Amino acid sequence: MPHEKENQGNCFHASNSDVSRDGDSLFMTGEAQAIAVTDLHKRFGPLEVLKGVSLTASQGDVIAIIGGSGSGKSTLLRCINMLELPSAGSVSIHGETIAMKKDGRGGLMPSNRKQVERLRAQLGMVFQSFNLWQHMTILQNVIEAPVHVLGRPKDEAIATAETLLRRVGLYEKRDAYPAFLSGGQQQRAAIARALAIQPLVMLFDEPTSALDPELVGEVLSVIRDIASEKRTMILVTHEMKFAREVSNHIVFLSQGKIEEQGSPDQIFGDPRSERLKRFISSIH
Amino acid sequence: MTIPPPDETTHAMAFTPEDLPTAASFFQPHRILLMIIFAGIVLSAAWFMRWDWLPQYLPKLGWGIVVTLAMLFSTAFLGFLFAVPLGLVQVTGPWPLKLLASGFCTVIRGTPLLLQLWLLYYGLGSLFPQFPEIRNSFLWPYLRESWPYGVAALTISFAAYEGEVMRGAFAGVPAGELEAGRAFGMSRWTVFRHIWLPRAIHRALPTLNGETVLQLKSTPLVATITVIDVYAVISKVRQDTYLTYEPLLLLALIYMCLTGILVILFRKLENRIPTRGA
Repeated sequence: MPHEKENQGNCFHASNSDVSRDGDSLFMTGEAQAIAVTDLHKRFGPLEVLKGVSLTASQGDVIAIIGGSGSGKSTLLRCINMLELPSAGSVSIHGETIAMKKDGRGGLMPSNRKQVERLRAQLGMVFQSFNLWQHMTILQNVIEAPVHVLGRPKDEAIATAETLLRRVGLYEKRDAYPAFLSGGQQQRAAIARALAIQPLVMLFDEPTSALDPELVGEVLSVIRDIASEKRTMILVTHEMKFAREVSNHIVFLSQGKIEEQGSPDQIFGDPRSERLKRFISSIH
Repeated sequence: MTIPPPDETTHAMAFTPEDLPTAASFFQPHRILLMIIFAGIVLSAAWFMRWDWLPQYLPKLGWGIVVTLAMLFSTAFLGFLFAVPLGLVQVTGPWPLKLLASGFCTVIRGTPLLLQLWLLYYGLGSLFPQFPEIRNSFLWPYLRESWPYGVAALTISFAAYEGEVMRGAFAGVPAGELEAGRAFGMSRWTVFRHIWLPRAIHRALPTLNGETVLQLKSTPLVATITVIDVYAVISKVRQDTYLTYEPLLLLALIYMCLTGILVILFRKLENRIPTRGA
């Protein structure tokens, strides 16, 4: 379906397939870039939350997005799977650019809903408030997308789900309803649900912000476990120590722009910009 | 650091296993006293009142109950089918549909059911025979009867009340759960079918229970357009025997039993998905 891709992504994909992974982000090779966000803008009415953000994640990258509240980090994450529609800019997933058209109100909207649905099914999203489906048991939550979106056979999905639930320590709770679980258990179930679609990239939107302090550890250790298997992840978080520990790249967002980015040691050990210095000192 | 409020459909009347009476709980002094009083009332009613007419009317009563239940279930089922789109368009529909749906609900809920029934039966029903096309159509054998008008009026009424209930239920499903559905690549239809609708129905079940019980007690109105339901049978008994209390007490007992069965059935449905009481 060539019309689904924007021309730019398409021709570079064809002619530059041998460009090295850390080449210029303009010359996307497609295969290497799990996620590529280019010059993303997002306006809510008069308020411009994102003012031109570009970000690429290669296979195996664990990228942590940090920043103060209102810096636009959750919005950026939600624009990647089009839960929030960007006002301008483009998003590519695995080299395939999401086709957008003008919505007539100064913003953009996907021109092909089927494409968005297909690409979303490659992104495992974990929400701040878990968002488990309350009318389904934990197991039903985990097999829902594999069975009804990806069309996998049910018994196969159940087997995968049970393995995942064992991994996050919730096998015994598989027949319980979400309301009967603690916040930490619900979030671990939500992580299993996201992993069940075997996503290309995991997106975490402040996964521990809604948890009581004593429940944060169990969720972080599950995420750490996933990060250790070289799965591509983009993580919006307030847990700085954790971000420094699991990620290989940190993006500091401030007032809708990337103020600074680099390796964890560089960001936390040798911050350059005034804002990042202030941010780091404010959280210690 | 706050935990978002747990979202469950909780309601004061939810049964939990602890609420169910155990055998021992029946033998408490106040309960024994109440049971003795109740038994006394039943016995004296049986002893002092006239029930000799009962065997003769039993077959008719049985058929009347069948008609009442048929009226109830068909109209509740059909009404609910209409209520789902009525509720849905009021939450997400384009404004003309929204206006139409809320207008429909307002008009129907704002007028007496008896009036609607009579407008359909005596109004519309008397217009139909003037059109030869209708008289010659395959529908005519049904339109000549009275029960289709009863079904139509009760269905419309139930749809309007349930439309409002479903509007609230659809609106009350947490946006995050729908968003999670979309985030995993579900189409709008899949989100609706697998998340939005079942969640909304589950939220609405306690209200649906109450509305269905009310609907049961609206069914006697069809007796006014010559449908022979259980109420009409009892009226016939009163005309034939000149008795007042006995048939009416029996009628009350019948409706109470039917209500009890309905409530228990709905509780079973509600408890299929346990909710944590708050």
